[in-house]
Amino acid sequence: MLRFVLRRLLQVIPTLLLLSLLVFAWLRSLPGGPASAFLGDRATPERIAELNRVLGLDQPVLVQYGRFLGRVLTGDFGVSTITGQPVLTEIGRALPATVELSVAALLIAVLLGIPLGYLAASKRGGPLDISTIIGTLVGVAVPVFFLGYLLKAFFAVELGWFPPSGRQAIALDATDVTGFAVLDGLLTREWDASWDAILHLTLPAITLATIPLAVIVRITRASVLDVMGSDFVRTANSKGLAPGTVRGRHVLRNALLPVSTVIGLQVGLLLAGAVLTEKVFVWGGLGTLLADAITLKDYPRLQALLLLGALVYVLVNLLVDLSYAIIDPRVRLT
Amino acid sequence: MTTTWAQRRKERIDDLAGGRSLTSEAMRRLRRDPVAIVGAVIVGLFVVIAVFAPLLAPHGAAESFPELQADLRPGNIPGAQEGFPLGGDQLGRDFLSRMILASQQTLLVGVLATLIGLAIGIVIGTLAGAFGGWIDTVLMRVTDVLLAIPSLLLAISVAALAASPSQTTVIIAVAIVGVPIFARLLRGSMLSQRNSDHVVAATALGVKRPAVVLRHMLPNAIGPVIVQATLTLATAILDAAALSFLGLGDADPGRAEWGLMLAQAQTYLDVRPALAFYPAFAIIVVALGFTLLGESLREALDPKGRR
Repeated sequence: MLRFVLRRLLQVIPTLLLLSLLVFAWLRSLPGGPASAFLGDRATPERIAELNRVLGLDQPVLVQYGRFLGRVLTGDFGVSTITGQPVLTEIGRALPATVELSVAALLIAVLLGIPLGYLAASKRGGPLDISTIIGTLVGVAVPVFFLGYLLKAFFAVELGWFPPSGRQAIALDATDVTGFAVLDGLLTREWDASWDAILHLTLPAITLATIPLAVIVRITRASVLDVMGSDFVRTANSKGLAPGTVRGRHVLRNALLPVSTVIGLQVGLLLAGAVLTEKVFVWGGLGTLLADAITLKDYPRLQALLLLGALVYVLVNLLVDLSYAIIDPRVRLT
Repeated sequence: MTTTWAQRRKERIDDLAGGRSLTSEAMRRLRRDPVAIVGAVIVGLFVVIAVFAPLLAPHGAAESFPELQADLRPGNIPGAQEGFPLGGDQLGRDFLSRMILASQQTLLVGVLATLIGLAIGIVIGTLAGAFGGWIDTVLMRVTDVLLAIPSLLLAISVAALAASPSQTTVIIAVAIVGVPIFARLLRGSMLSQRNSDHVVAATALGVKRPAVVLRHMLPNAIGPVIVQATLTLATAILDAAALSFLGLGDADPGRAEWGLMLAQAQTYLDVRPALAFYPAFAIIVVALGFTLLGESLREALDPKGRR
């Protein structure tokens, strides 16, 4: 087991190195070169030359890459051209908002998706199954940001059940402990602050959850059908095990293997979907940082978010692979 | 036992099965599959409207009209009136004409992005799958990294490279997202071909390596990639819309494209929701059409014919 973990960890290193090389190449192909891209509107020939020297862009490419790698490893992503603050500080401040939103969305997707997929599979071809399939197909086809606006227009503006944007009512003046609004309210026993944060969270989380939900439902359904048709389930049934035992111990346990992989893959989608969702609900997380960086051409910030997004995605999938080895011993041997 | 809809569908498809080549068998299954028919009808209609859009649209995409501009002010965009069944848009242009003409641009973006991604993906996948060794290792490492970047982030970073956003940058950005997916899929199915009997036989007969790869391996391996391409058409249109929404779309205000129109309409959502609803509905239906077609194609090509 330890050898498997170590080998899998070692495999990540070349991927990350290549990723850094790619981002490095991306930076160098920015319009007008990195220096003028970083300076944005403040670019003058003197300042570009100055920054080129500071960034070491007058050095050989290999040296430049080495320095780039060194800076990235020490967490130095430069200064945002919009706010003038270190990019890492900005990311640190915005991170909790996005994590909170993504976790809520993933919870909705998993807690709703697995039971729904299972029920659809066990009543295959029935009305629930058909409507679930149609629902998942339509769910994937709806542009995320349009769905967000739709939910906002109906549930927030028309019915007034939920606040239309933001993370928490400013009037509440909630204490900030961890940056996670819901958790903070619980920690400080400001129950109204927690409740308010949950209300703010609901619509964005539903918006962000639709695509992962649709994917999880479909994979669970397909996987359950696959397992239910296998020999060991027939054996379990024919030796007279209680249907509940077969379902829980034989079908569900085996069917959840591919589902866990897919959940890992959804994390990447969540990061990307967060960009769109946060823009709709003015959420103020990483997605908002990214959207602003695009509009205002803030390349240092864009570069850091790109690296971070890929890094998180790679690490989550590593974790999924490792958990796979715990669930299914066969994986360790291959 | 009562027969369910899914069982009836399967019986209908499986009826008269057997005794044909895989391709003709798949075609026959497709023609009898109601899901495939629905998908094909949607896609067919979309393509016909898109191709004949300039003939169908009563007005031009960039043409604005005094009668539509007369009542145009913040908080009011004129609705349907004589000669303009869907009313005007935020610049006093005929909304119906723009909806029709947009089908062409949307199809163009989707098809071009998918084809470019497909072409590059096929080259990479063929090289990796056919030759193996260090070529395979290098190419697959690169695709792994591209796959490690969430697709919309990848599209954003490619589109952000352009000095000013345009339709071309959108197409290229969306195309690059598809490349690693196509390449991986094709490599996988090429690998399974490498040691199959007909390839060994062709090699033993003295057929040259390039001919073995192109004439014997590729045609047999391409099935899953074609299926994926159909599904990618749907995501390409959605990704293009997302890029437009983030301000990375076409900057040309005269251009009519559903994703672009939907993104621009968000500002006028409380003034005239129809400006968002029509393009959104069009995108959803077309994406659904390509997905249904792709999924039924996948099932038809699956010799096990399960699910």
